[in-house]
Amino acid sequence: MTARLRRIGLPYLLLLPALALELLIHLVPMAVGVAMSFKELTQFFIRDWNAAPWSGLANFRIAVDLDAPVGQALLRSFGVTCAFTVLAVGLSWLLGTVAAILMQDRFRGRGLLRTAFLVPYALPVYAAVITWSFMFQRDNGMVNHLLHDQLGLTADPPFWLIGDHSFAALVTVTVWRTFPFAFLILTAALQNVPRELYEAAAMDGAGIRQQIRRITLPSLRPVNQVLVLVLFLWTFNDFNTPYVLFGRSVPEAADLISVHIYQASFVTWNFGAGSAMSVLLLLFLLVVTAAYLLVTSRRERGPRKARGPRGRRPARV
Amino acid sequence: MRTNRLRTAVGATLAAALTALTAGCGGSPTGAAGGSNTNPRTLTYWASNQAGSGIEQDKKILAPELAKFERQTGIKVELEVVPWADLLNRVLAAATSGQGPDVLNIGNTWSASLQAGGSLLPFDDKTLAKVGGKDRFAPSALAATGAAGKDPAAVPLYSLAYGLYYNKQRFREAGIDKPPATWDELAAVGKKLTGDGRYGVALEGGNPVENAHHAFILGKQHGAAFFDAQGRPAFDSPAAVEAVKQYVDLMAKEKIAAPGNAEYGQNQSVKDFATGKAAMLLWQAAGSSLKVHGMRPDAYGVAPMPLQKTADRGDRAVTSMVAGINLAVFRGTDNLDGALKFVKFMTSTPEQKALNSAYGSVPPIVEAQRDPAFAGPEQAMQRAALDGHAAPLPQVPEESQFETLVGTAVKELFADAAAGRPVTTDSVKQRLSKAQQQMAK
Amino acid sequence: MAPPRSFLWTRRIVLTLLALFALTPVYVMITSSLKNLQDVQGAFRWLPDGLTIRPYLDIWHTVPLARYFLNSLIVAGCATVCSVTVAVLAAYAVSRYSFRGRRFFTVTVLSTQMFPGILFLLPLFLIFVNIGNSTGVALYGSRGGLILTYLTFSLPFAVWMLVGYFDSIPRELDEAATVDGCGPLGALWRVVVPAAVPGIVAVSVYAFMTAWGEVLFASVMTDDTTRTLAVGLQGYASQTDVHWNQVMAASLVVSVPVVAGFLLLQRYLVAGLTAGAVK
Repeated sequence: MTARLRRIGLPYLLLLPALALELLIHLVPMAVGVAMSFKELTQFFIRDWNAAPWSGLANFRIAVDLDAPVGQALLRSFGVTCAFTVLAVGLSWLLGTVAAILMQDRFRGRGLLRTAFLVPYALPVYAAVITWSFMFQRDNGMVNHLLHDQLGLTADPPFWLIGDHSFAALVTVTVWRTFPFAFLILTAALQNVPRELYEAAAMDGAGIRQQIRRITLPSLRPVNQVLVLVLFLWTFNDFNTPYVLFGRSVPEAADLISVHIYQASFVTWNFGAGSAMSVLLLLFLLVVTAAYLLVTSRRERGPRKARGPRGRRPARV
Repeated sequence: MRTNRLRTAVGATLAAALTALTAGCGGSPTGAAGGSNTNPRTLTYWASNQAGSGIEQDKKILAPELAKFERQTGIKVELEVVPWADLLNRVLAAATSGQGPDVLNIGNTWSASLQAGGSLLPFDDKTLAKVGGKDRFAPSALAATGAAGKDPAAVPLYSLAYGLYYNKQRFREAGIDKPPATWDELAAVGKKLTGDGRYGVALEGGNPVENAHHAFILGKQHGAAFFDAQGRPAFDSPAAVEAVKQYVDLMAKEKIAAPGNAEYGQNQSVKDFATGKAAMLLWQAAGSSLKVHGMRPDAYGVAPMPLQKTADRGDRAVTSMVAGINLAVFRGTDNLDGALKFVKFMTSTPEQKALNSAYGSVPPIVEAQRDPAFAGPEQAMQRAALDGHAAPLPQVPEESQFETLVGTAVKELFADAAAGRPVTTDSVKQRLSKAQQQMAK
Repeated sequence: MAPPRSFLWTRRIVLTLLALFALTPVYVMITSSLKNLQDVQGAFRWLPDGLTIRPYLDIWHTVPLARYFLNSLIVAGCATVCSVTVAVLAAYAVSRYSFRGRRFFTVTVLSTQMFPGILFLLPLFLIFVNIGNSTGVALYGSRGGLILTYLTFSLPFAVWMLVGYFDSIPRELDEAATVDGCGPLGALWRVVVPAAVPGIVAVSVYAFMTAWGEVLFASVMTDDTTRTLAVGLQGYASQTDVHWNQVMAASLVVSVPVVAGFLLLQRYLVAGLTAGAVK
């Protein structure tokens, strides 16, 4: 009896530390955050949140009122963030995958190169991004020195930190900071692809491109499912990169939602409005994530069943 | 079944934790009276970073003074120098939780916002008397310590003012014998100094705070108030539009500022002035930074900021905002008497002389201002400006929104000008109206 | 079987371009860190003239860099060890047992990644303050609170990734170990963990870097004695001057140990499973 109880209880026991920590640090504060969104939490009530009057849906109404400037600005920021996320995640994932696959085989200098790719990830965020903003300066920066002075690609040196090009600057910096992470995770994942599969495929006459398409990418699918999702969530919520790159007022073309919310809550001391925007964001991300998991898991359901309750997932070739 | 039970359990725990938490976030446990004396031996003091060469320098400047205070009173001061990047977040967290320092120094523009939430101890006449009385402080500096009609939420500690810095050699070369006294003169002089990759004036166009300050100063000269008497925002009045347009026109119309200035947000304009790339600079207490960039004090002159007409008087003769740092007592303090003693000590004449000369600022204490230490050209200019030509930024709770929104609007206008798009009265008004509408009520 | 020539050339070109992209900013950092502040913002040139090591001497006096560095090492190190331990336990449960609430757990944990950090910053600070007031355990301003916070930041992704890695380890292996007399935890420790070394290394690197680089929470939860590097580096930018050369010198100095750690670890990133278990 006790043995049975132990067997049933064990998984819960193993999960307990993780669950307790998530509850304390994430879930309870999140619940408070949701509660905040229904309050009129401005500078007048910052010292005593209980005294802040309940405002019902007023914060939400302001946030989604598309006829008013606040709602319009939020919508624009949301659009910018979506475009930015798709581009940055796509490029980071692509570069990470390409690098991981190309560096699968042993060759001279591989270790050094691998470390080089991880350097952007190892530099402190603030220093790395401030360096980019240094390089993106119009008059004295490296980027314009290369593009304008040396290659002569532009008639006038463009601005990167203000105006419309700031979007491209932001994507570049984010990809630079993110692709090493994708590279790291995929390199580790590729270790679990048995070499025999490649050898067998090569015997069957499959070229390198076919090997990648038929063996490498399918074996990476479970890791990719999580990787892409997490990259998406982080990139969508990224705060540090735009904040350090552009300073306190981010240009419209690069006005990411998290900076927008920071402006709407910390800088203007209106935490109720900021919370309401965050809750809307949370709902959106929940829907996207659920849809994503549904779609990617359905594709996998066939093999998953075949795997059986205790079986090993067969490699799909 | 099981899952449901788990879900219920999680839900119940969450709810319980939430109730416990919100019940506990009542802020300061000492109530509205504010402050107690349960811990009379120590004080914590948050000082914002004032020294140009970093927070270690601040500690070096402050440590001997705090030791002196400890010798006098037996109270040990635990100092923390907070870098600017962290200051807003730290102050907000402290205000929210009641878990903050006993005494803190903050930019004077935040005083009204913090005052609105009741986070700072009000300096009523009785409290002011304890720290030496109202009359010791320069009136203009005291006006920037909280909303009008309310007791000050802080007392001034260091004061600063804007001035016009000009490169003496470049002026001599161009045959200009005195600094411009009006904006028209500045434009004319600037055109003479612009050419060959060099420009008349350097602007910090990408820094919303600098932009907002200049919009405010020029606004005063045009008769614009960014908040009306009831404290409602009035960003897009015709006078405000004129003021902002005049500032942006230095780049857009007069073309005496380099287009690259539109993205300056890390004090690059100071560097441009120091290296001779620009001949004029509108700045506060630039001396120590200029020195860091290799410009000697005798290479530049300091003059008051220009006016619209030399004959202007009153608000129209304002050449600066009252810039500076205030000293405030946190309401949750557990050493109220000690905190007030400390405020009195820091605003005493000898300390004011020592600290303000170390930081290049001007004492907001009338008696200390007379000291010869503050007779140098830069400080004399600041003193003159503060003495009748400086106005405090709007002392309303929404002041920080004003700085961000108007400053950003001006930044966008500079971006337009730099990209060669026209900056017209209409486009300025449009940007400012948009900024005002963001002030959601 | 040697790969075809065209593949080798593609590889060479692509990897060179990528390395240039990754390292150009580092090159700019190095050259800028070797200049005087007066020169550092002048027109950019690939080969600078007039180099000095002065910034590398000054960085220690502008901000207490050594202390920040030590704080970061302690916080990031502890957060990594705790996070990976907790994640290994949880991932083992999810990967090897079917129990009620499994899906609920994984989805809940993942959903914590969706809330923008800026909004639960203040609530979390309030919770820490309230815990401090009622139990006397000061979590705010201490390294402990920061370690707790960071370990939960990396936990969700660590759990998910480790489940993926564990799933690809054949169950027969740990079942055999259980038959041999190991308990489930023995099997986890002796069989599953060694076989999942690359995954654990990758997750550890991730957990470390998450704690190493976090700015927002560190800016509120630390004071002068516990401040971490990620925040402390901003101290080189005072209100009036940005010490570009020193920021870059300091970042390079503090990154050297991290990059060296990568160099040492990357061997384990490619060892592991395929070497022993599967064959």
